[in-house]
Amino acid sequence: MPVIILIATFLTASLLILVSGGRWKGYIAMAAVLLNSVMSSAVAIRALAGHTFEEHLYAGPVLGVLTIRADALSAWFILLANFTLLTGIGYGIRYLKPYEGKPAALNGHYICYVLNHVAMLGIFSIQHMLGFLCAWEIMTLTAFLLVIFDHEKMEVVKAGVNFFIQAHLSFTFLTVAVIWVHLHTGSYELAAVSTYFSRAHPALSFLLFLLFFAGFGIKAGFVPFHTWLPYAHPAAPAHISGIMSGVLIKLGIFGILRIILLARGGYLLIGYTILVVSVVSGIYGVIMAIVQHNVKKLLAYHSVENIGIIGIGIGLGCIGLGLKDPVLVFAGFGGALLHTLNHALFKSLLFYAAGTVYQATHTLDIERLGGLVKRLPHTAVLFLVGSLAICGLPPFNGFISEFVIYSGLFHGMAAGGETSMIVLLAALSALALIGGLAMLCFTKAFGIIFLGRERHPLAESPKEVLPQLLPCYGTVALIVAIGLLPQLFLRLAAPAISLFTGGPAAGPPGIQLLSTLQNISICTLCFLLVVLILFLIKRKVASSPAARSSTWGCGYVAPTARLQYTANSFVRPLRKLIRPLLMMNKSEGAIAGIFPGPIHSDTHPYDKLEALLIDRPLRALRRLLGGFHFLQNGSIPAYILYGVGFIAIILLIPIVTDAVTYLFNLFKQV
Amino acid sequence: MGILNFILIIGASGVFPGVIIRTKSRLSGRKGPGLFQPLRDVWKLLRKGAVYSQTTSLIFQIAPSIYFASVLMAIAMIPFGSQGGLISFNGDFVFFAYVLALGKFFMIIAALDTGSSFEGMGASREALYSLLAEPAFFILMGSFALLTGHTSFREIFGSLHFGSSISYAIGVLAAFVITLTALIENSRMPIDDPKTHLELTMVHEVMILDNSGFDLGLILQTGHLKFAMYGALIVNFFLTPGSELYYSIGIFIVIQALFAVAIGIIESFMARFRMNHNPQYIFTLTSMSLLIFLGVLLLLGKIV
Repeated sequence: MPVIILIATFLTASLLILVSGGRWKGYIAMAAVLLNSVMSSAVAIRALAGHTFEEHLYAGPVLGVLTIRADALSAWFILLANFTLLTGIGYGIRYLKPYEGKPAALNGHYICYVLNHVAMLGIFSIQHMLGFLCAWEIMTLTAFLLVIFDHEKMEVVKAGVNFFIQAHLSFTFLTVAVIWVHLHTGSYELAAVSTYFSRAHPALSFLLFLLFFAGFGIKAGFVPFHTWLPYAHPAAPAHISGIMSGVLIKLGIFGILRIILLARGGYLLIGYTILVVSVVSGIYGVIMAIVQHNVKKLLAYHSVENIGIIGIGIGLGCIGLGLKDPVLVFAGFGGALLHTLNHALFKSLLFYAAGTVYQATHTLDIERLGGLVKRLPHTAVLFLVGSLAICGLPPFNGFISEFVIYSGLFHGMAAGGETSMIVLLAALSALALIGGLAMLCFTKAFGIIFLGRERHPLAESPKEVLPQLLPCYGTVALIVAIGLLPQLFLRLAAPAISLFTGGPAAGPPGIQLLSTLQNISICTLCFLLVVLILFLIKRKVASSPAARSSTWGCGYVAPTARLQYTANSFVRPLRKLIRPLLMMNKSEGAIAGIFPGPIHSDTHPYDKLEALLIDRPLRALRRLLGGFHFLQNGSIPAYILYGVGFIAIILLIPIVTDAVTYLFNLFKQV
Repeated sequence: MGILNFILIIGASGVFPGVIIRTKSRLSGRKGPGLFQPLRDVWKLLRKGAVYSQTTSLIFQIAPSIYFASVLMAIAMIPFGSQGGLISFNGDFVFFAYVLALGKFFMIIAALDTGSSFEGMGASREALYSLLAEPAFFILMGSFALLTGHTSFREIFGSLHFGSSISYAIGVLAAFVITLTALIENSRMPIDDPKTHLELTMVHEVMILDNSGFDLGLILQTGHLKFAMYGALIVNFFLTPGSELYYSIGIFIVIQALFAVAIGIIESFMARFRMNHNPQYIFTLTSMSLLIFLGVLLLLGKIV
């Protein structure tokens, strides 16, 4: 029944959006998303409590009867998606206010938003693989339309097309995998994947897993499939970037987790594969983020990094399955699921904050910003909370999931043999390094955007609208809640984790981890208390009012805003250290004459992997296809000739095959 | 029992900088100030009024307190041999490292808050050095977790020495790594020269150029606490489990004193590295801790 209501809500909302006035469209969409969220959340919460939801739906002659089932894993993702999409639309209505004069664009946008939500819910719950692919495709198409909202800009359309092509590459991989399974089992049910895994040769099932992994990995943004992210996120409106980074890429994670649940055996190899890919994604993502100067691009690369962290958790869990170590399984998948939620929260928050900065200043280039903490205090607070959380610092939620993964890594090192020990040690140091690099990146981002003085004069005085930021404060509340009371949320995730461990909701490993998290909760509260006491002491001791003066400039009394440290120079020491990994396109004017005029120097970071893995093959392909350019000569007679030639070849094929068979038979007789 | 260790470390932090300064003065043929002079300086600063730059925001004012609190929190986790610290749970050293990072995060953005290019430069260096030192600590703790099969400070140090002499050798290596980490984290000599007069060559000092009064006092005291904290970590590598308390306290005092004197000697006879050589130097820490990891593997008989 709920499924029918979801679809009915979507249809009604679409109609209403079409006929209503500009101001109301957003609210109608919000109401629809809210209604759908409430419906699906109710189902999800019941599923987390142990009552798996199941429904059969006749979906036409092609698909037949669809099984729609929401277990604990689906439930976890449904709740996460609902929350992020709700905050997204709450923020987006205000963000899109300037576009009220363009009802057509708004119509399309809001309808797509609601449909995207429904499609995502479908992806989480449809058990029929063709139905799943349909939902996947609807989700991709609506996401594409959402991204190109601002389609009058060329770069937006380009980024959108990039996303479109890569998303369909992912779709192709998935389709091939589905056909493969269908060929061998004759069924389109998701459970057939499991049947196939249990029957097939280990090498073949690993190959099938790789196919699925590639398909879902493109969506998730694992390196080297990450190249669409840094284009699509900056191009989309802020709330769409938020839900893309928060939920859309998590669909890939959901898919991978689902396939792991269905896989039978071979977990060690799968685990190592995922772990290696994830470590590379984590480090490469954060390094690329550090050299970016476009806030949204920086955040997009951070999504790659965080997907890497989630992947480390998943890989750890798989290794645990392979080693039959319940503690490892619990910590690995628990960390991955928690980090999926955490990333959805803080990344959407960061994107919303970045969107407000863009609205206020009309630029995303952090070198042109500065001192915004005084103009946009709320945005600054939101961005700071997001930054601290994404760096994995206590008392925020990022720390909790990273801690769970860390404890899994430490446990796994002691539990396994030499191979797993060394691999896990590498993962451990990578995770530590990622933490440090993220700190460099976000001190840069927050420090340069919000602190210091304005680096460039802004056309208008920046303003923030508080109602727009209210949903963001909702996200902040959840971030802090997870940071302070992590045990509650791990307990909430326990039913989903127990799908992997196969035991009761929170077995002995879970209980141990829960008590550790309890300790962390106490520690963080203590820490906050100490900070509070210090503030009180400070107020008491330093009673004299503080004087105000200018910043110490070594005696130089006329510093300008341009004398401040820039983002580029802030990361320069690191950039020089890791030069071989980077590709910096620099263009510098030459100094000419005795009295040289102003010269300009531009530095553009470019993704080296993209240049190697996408641009170079693309050039080669273009060269190859360019060889056939003469065919497209624009003369209609020639085209008719091609058509005739084509038909002739088609007709000839049977004749030729007959002739060949005849010849063969003749030879055989001789 | 955890409170004893906490008090010991706080106490050690009062004398530690004095010992360093005294060592340095003696080695350069001066008499030097009293042992408690640094503490008196802090006390004086704490009662002074502050001057805040017009460029700064609230971040600048809250950062020193958070920095101080983070180090206090970290100290509460340091164990004393088999007796735990104030707080102890599985994986507490992860919390230890991350709570320290939180303090550092705030100090870095506070430096950027002033809008001074000097402080931005210091902040950039601080962020880079601490990220380079991060993996070493985790590899070190990972190795010990592997060696002992435990994942909390208390249990690791409680079961570290079970009679094997190799574990003491590993302890010496680990002490070396922690010493270097302490020098980096406190911005001391081969990485950074706290006594230099040129802003361009500073790391930590240049970040706190604009701090004054109570805040500056807190920052200075935090530096002292950090020294004592790392000293206490080193002490833990040499405590013998199960021995009497007066014995352990003796070891604590001797090793803290040795640590302070060693830093004084290093500062007297070494020059600061060129800035661009620092990353390589810091990275040797990681290879040192990998060496410890190999040692642990040897000890466990995992590799022949």
